[in-house]
This record gives sequence, structure tokens and C-alpha cells, in this order.
Amino acid sequence: MISRRNLLLGGAALTLSGCKLLDGLNSGDSMLRATLQGAENLTMTAQRFLLGDSLAPEFAEADIRQGQHPNGSTAVDSPEYLDLQAGGFANYRLQVTGLVETPLSIPYATLTAMQSRTQITRHDCVEGWSCIAKWTGVPLSMILDQAKPLLKARYVVFHCFDTIERTLAGEVTYYESIDMVDARHPQTILAWGMNGQPLPMANGAPLRLRVERQLGYKMAKYVQSIELVDSFAGLGSGRGSYWADRGYEWYAGI
Amino acid sequence: MTPEQGPLIYRQKRITRLTHWVWAVCLLFLMFSGFQIFNAHPSLHFGKESGFDYDNAAVAIGAVQDGDRVKGVTRILGRDFDTSGVLGTSGGAVRAIPAALTMPSTQSLATGRVIHLFFAWILVATLCVWLVFSAINGHLRKLIPSLRDLRNLPDDVANHLRLRFHHTSDYNVLQKLAYASVLFLALPLMIATGLTMSPAFNSVAPWLLDLFGGRQTARSIHFLTMLALILFFVVHMVMILAAGPLNEIRSIVTGWYRVDPDQGGQDDQSA
Repeated sequence: MISRRNLLLGGAALTLSGCKLLDGLNSGDSMLRATLQGAENLTMTAQRFLLGDSLAPEFAEADIRQGQHPNGSTAVDSPEYLDLQAGGFANYRLQVTGLVETPLSIPYATLTAMQSRTQITRHDCVEGWSCIAKWTGVPLSMILDQAKPLLKARYVVFHCFDTIERTLAGEVTYYESIDMVDARHPQTILAWGMNGQPLPMANGAPLRLRVERQLGYKMAKYVQSIELVDSFAGLGSGRGSYWADRGYEWYAGI
Repeated sequence: MTPEQGPLIYRQKRITRLTHWVWAVCLLFLMFSGFQIFNAHPSLHFGKESGFDYDNAAVAIGAVQDGDRVKGVTRILGRDFDTSGVLGTSGGAVRAIPAALTMPSTQSLATGRVIHLFFAWILVATLCVWLVFSAINGHLRKLIPSLRDLRNLPDDVANHLRLRFHHTSDYNVLQKLAYASVLFLALPLMIATGLTMSPAFNSVAPWLLDLFGGRQTARSIHFLTMLALILFFVVHMVMILAAGPLNEIRSIVTGWYRVDPDQGGQDDQSA
């Protein structure tokens, strides 16, 4: 006879096995995962169709109620970076390389003297939290105009100073990429200022990317150089971003 | 056939049954993967952003060191509750929602999102199919309570409370209200608040942010509506058990439903 207790236990076991049902999805080479991840393409196609060149909402000064909550890497300890930081980034130069007509090496002083854009926007972390801050920086499109990407250039890759992972195989520095649609968006800037101050170390000094219509992890901090590419082969595991290589969406619009 | 049994009627069309089961599965996966996503930031804030330097969290689940043990603490509207073993700590680990309720069972925000967004698409597609077919085949009308239904509401509530059910071809008024709230209120609200959390969608429909009072409020509404859907599910199950599970389940699997003897239409009027 089935007692009430056994029924409850059975139910609990079902719930448990139910939740473990998709644990296999954690593996990057799971076929089922690849199938479910197909929805990512659908999301990107649908959002790109709806979005056009619409702007992310911008907020008022009064909406800035706190500092920008730092996440991911919050400090860099490489000697090269610390040297640059000690000198107030006077010796920092943004390298623009890859599939461009004119490779660039732009000094920090030139970057901060270029025509800038200031926007008060909401930063949405993939974890679920949001934080509003004011960002000042150079529109990425201006830098691309100077570098003149070749026609076959499809993505802008950001190579960063910060070591996000230390393994036995070596150190992994952060890398991220966006396509030309987001790179040319008017709110896509390389920010050197935050809330009216130079960008703090915790938030990605000297330069961090802002891609306001995507989630926080797309907005690479501590940008060292920019590379224009036509594919992600040779970059990490080939998905175009540190977090995409670890199972997150490359297009993080939701 | 025993004398008191009414006739079998064809109550649920194939498209109704199919869509019911598809979104039942979707909602189950969405709930489990939703808890996984929630675990990455287990607090519910109200407003445009999440307070770090100030507090705008209505609910926060965490863990604190208490002597030589770690205690699970759930803070609701400023009051702390010891929820060790369930919320905050469970299975000997620090985690907001226990492994038994998250999918995958291990902590993986990336995988949780893959599952959640896949089933979100299936749910939306199924709802669209259901809406179109139900508008055409007349099912939609059966969900809208009539004036007569509303006049019957007190009687119907009394009958439900006494677990006395009438098995008729039509839904009773409480059923209509419950199903209509889920299909026309709760699920659209889930989809709208879900989209409001999308920074991309915000640029297309910034008015949604104003409608819900900010992204973090939308996130909290998304969570609270999920709890309401769980409540619906529990009541739904209890009602099926109370009204005769075999008959109820048969109607949503095969479409055939045995009505009360006096409800069977013309054949029965003579009986």
C-alpha cells in the first residue's frame, strides 16, 4: 500500500530528478544545449529586426544615486598596467589593429581631447542587478572612421589588460567583441570618464566599452587594444568573448 | 453505465489540449530555470536600479556566519527570518533557492539562461497559436464570464468551498476567471516584464519601463507573478483531485468529459 509518506518521498524524488534532468546541458559539447542555444539566434534576429538604430533610455542626473557597482575584474596587477596607472595613463596608447586601412595608436591625451559623448545609462548585469551612472567617452564610430575598417571586417574585438582567470595552462585576459551594428551605434563609446570623474580602476580605467543595448559583460573594461576581424577563429575558444566561451550568449540583448 | 452517470461529451478540442500541455511543460522548465537565474542575484528590488549604497530591496536571501555554523537568512521588508536549510543555505551549501528547485541543479547561470530563453520562445509561440485558433474556434468566448456567470459567482464560490462540483460542458465562473487571469493577465505580464528586463527591448519600448516603474520593479513583478502562477497550479491540482481526477485528466488528454446526468443536452432531458 502506498502511504502518504511514500507519495511525498516519491514526489520529492521526482522533483530532484526533474531538476537534474538537464544537468547534462552544463557541458559545452552537449547536443541538446546546442539545440536550445539556437534560441539565441532567434533572439538576436528578432531584436535586431525590432531595434533598428533606436537609442537605449537615458536617465537624469537625479537618477544617479550611488557609484557604479564594480563587477568582474576590479583591479589589474600586471606590471605594465600598474606602470601606466602610476603615470596617470599619460603613456597609455589605444592600439587599433587588424582589418583596417590605417592602424592607429592613439595616446590617452588625444582620446580624452577628442569630441566626446556623455550619457546617463543603466548598466544591467547578467546576474540581474542594475546600476545607473554617467559615462563620458569617445564614440567608437569616430575611431573606426579614422582607422577605416576594410570591407571584410565584421567584428570589433576588445583585448583587455585584466586577468580574468589564472589556470595551470596560464593566464586568460578578458576579451569581448561586438559586430559593426553595435560598433557604429551612437551610444557605443569608449568611456574614459564616469560620474564626472576619470574612470576609476574598479570600473575599468583607462578605457571601458559601453554598449548600452546589451548586458554588462559585453562592456569590456581595461581596454588595451582593438582589433578588427572577420571571424572569431584564433580568439579564445572561437565564440568571440570570454563569457561566450563559457556558455553565455555572444549577443546579450536580454 | 451506472444510472447516475451522464454522457461523455467532446469538451476539449485537439488544439486546446495540445497547447495546454506544451505550456504546462514550458512553465515547469521556466520556473526551474528562473530559480537558477534568480540565484545569481537573490534579491528583489523596487525602482530603476538595484541599491548597493542604499537599500531598495523588498526581499533579499543570503547567508550569515552564526557562531560555528552558517545560517540562511531571508529578509522580507526589513525583517529577518531564519530560513536555514531551505533559503540561503541548503544541502550543506550556501545557495538562495535549493538545488531541488533549480535547473540545472548545480549553480550555472549560463545554462539556466539557455533553458529559460528557449522555453520562453516556445511559450510565446504556443500562446500565439492558441490565441489565433481559440479566437476562430470559439474557445476564447467560453473563457469570458457572462453577466449571468457573475450573478452565479456567490453560489459558485459556495459550491467550490463545499467541494461540490457540477460537471457541465461549459466552464463554471470561477474556472473562467482563473483561466482567463492566467491567459490574459499573468502570462502576458510575465512576457512583458521579461521583455522589460531586456536592455535591447528597452530601446524599442522604453514606455514599458515607465509602465512597470523601472527595470528592477519589472524584475520583482516577474518573480511575484511566478509565485501567483505556482499558486494557480496548486489550486488547479487540488480542484482536479476534488472534482474527479480521472474525468478531468481524460478531458485534457483525450477531449472526452463525462458530464452530470442532467447536463448532457437533449438526450438527457428525457431521462
